[in-house]
Amino acid sequence: MTATTLDAVPVAADRVERTRPAPAPIPYRRVLNVELRKMFDTRSGLWLMVSIGVLSIIATAAVITFAPDSEITYESFATAIGMPMSIVLPMIAILGVTSEWSQRSGLTTFTLVPSRGRVIRAKATVTFLVGLVSMGVAFAVGAVGNLVGSAIVGVDTVWNISASTVPQIILGNLVGMAIGFTLGVVLRNSPAAIVGYFVVSLVMPGILVLLAEVRDWFADLQPWIDWNYTQVNLFEGATNTAKEWAMLGSTTAIWILVPLMVGVLFLRRSEVK
Amino acid sequence: MITVESLTKSYGGFTAVDDVSFTAQPGRVTGFLGPNGAGKSTTMRVMVGLTAPGGGEVRVLGRRFKDLPDPGREVGVLLDASAQHAGRTGREILTIAALTMGLPRTRVDEMIERVSLTPDEASRRVRNYSLGMRQRLGIGTALLGNPEVLILDEPANGLDPAGIRWMRDLLRGFADDGGTVLLSSHLLHEIEVIADDIVVIGNGRIVAQGTKDELLAGAGTLARASDGPALAAALEAAGITARPTSAGAVLAEADLATIGRAAFAAGIPLTELRAAEGAGLEEMFLSLTADSQRETSASTDHEGAAA
Repeated sequence: MTATTLDAVPVAADRVERTRPAPAPIPYRRVLNVELRKMFDTRSGLWLMVSIGVLSIIATAAVITFAPDSEITYESFATAIGMPMSIVLPMIAILGVTSEWSQRSGLTTFTLVPSRGRVIRAKATVTFLVGLVSMGVAFAVGAVGNLVGSAIVGVDTVWNISASTVPQIILGNLVGMAIGFTLGVVLRNSPAAIVGYFVVSLVMPGILVLLAEVRDWFADLQPWIDWNYTQVNLFEGATNTAKEWAMLGSTTAIWILVPLMVGVLFLRRSEVK
Repeated sequence: MITVESLTKSYGGFTAVDDVSFTAQPGRVTGFLGPNGAGKSTTMRVMVGLTAPGGGEVRVLGRRFKDLPDPGREVGVLLDASAQHAGRTGREILTIAALTMGLPRTRVDEMIERVSLTPDEASRRVRNYSLGMRQRLGIGTALLGNPEVLILDEPANGLDPAGIRWMRDLLRGFADDGGTVLLSSHLLHEIEVIADDIVVIGNGRIVAQGTKDELLAGAGTLARASDGPALAAALEAAGITARPTSAGAVLAEADLATIGRAAFAAGIPLTELRAAEGAGLEEMFLSLTADSQRETSASTDHEGAAA
């Protein structure tokens, strides 16, 4: 009797509730495509992207104009371009996440795609892609600058960045973006995450260096904790030994993996208003 | 079809939604009525998975919202028309939604026309939209996927009278085609003109629900005197079921003549006597509002003290 009732009810209810067949599930590719588009389709997003190209060109022009002839090398161009890049890319990573909350577009995003983890995964993927492409653009602009600059100044073109350093520079920038992304996920507020980024990238390293100078026990510990220290090593292509990679792994776990996992956990449960 | 079962949501010690259960049927417009802060928006956010419930469950088309394979194509949602990236154009917001649902781009233009945004307005950034234009855009986003269910929180806010009329016709047509419409409002009149079924919520609890006809009829007689409780007591003494509501009004279950005689016999002068016709709902709604609005309750107390 009870079994019959239990069986009968859902069938009857279903007939009333649904007049059409259910649509196919949203493929992940579509979520990716949408999240990629959302990085470019606002004025602020577009200008952040444009600024990557523009700042690369300005930095290149500055090197050609101001650097002494002996310094017209690929390394000078890469360093000059790397500076704005290391600030703009994390901002792109931050705003890609936080705008859903600060601009409240998340109300629509998360009702159209209720799996928030899926949306965040898509955002992480497109952020990573944007980072790679931006670095490609930066290196290309720097290379052109190096060719043009050496021709203008009349010196030999110097390619003094080794093939092994390039991936480390790219990785260093991706680490910066990942820090920004993590702050975005944890704080879910644009101003807070941007301020947070400058605190952990400018203020905190200074404090850690100071601490290492006054406390011996911390001096050995600092490279394992200070993500900025390991990032600078990447920018200089100086992460070579297993120990140095382990240090990078340690700072990545402390500043990216653990907070990101905790942040995503909270993000999935939090209330979207 | 939307089924809400024993939904509860608390924030700290405050219970925003308290054991709420109701059903929105297909082919009907269900009005979700309650004063500001009664728990309407919280209930609707729980419905679409933006807020986790403390207890209970909501099913839309027989499933939990998060289990819908492509929610936009089954459920159109508008919770807050202003919750959009201010830097996107109206057209872009519709395009993103269409891409998420896998709809052709032509659907975006159709919808812009359907909600009466001009192409020029559609290519403006939402930052520069009036509230009415945002509502139209939001309704467009909700309708984009040709859903079976609409969940709209205060959709008439910011619309001009012509816009309200337009939306009313649109929702009527949607329900007549077999769709389920749930819309909230804090205005009784707005719900009265459009809803088939009404769910009234106050302080997080359902205080009344039924068809509009049920709720508006059967309220008996409304009588008013300077001292409502005294009038109610006199009517009760005369064997008439009566209860005081607010501002000296009494709802009584008897015809006009009987109540008039009973009041006369008790020596209480009536200031108003009429068939209730929805006054029950109105009085109930007013007393609900009074509970949540300091100003009104203060003035009621004052009147009570004066009497």
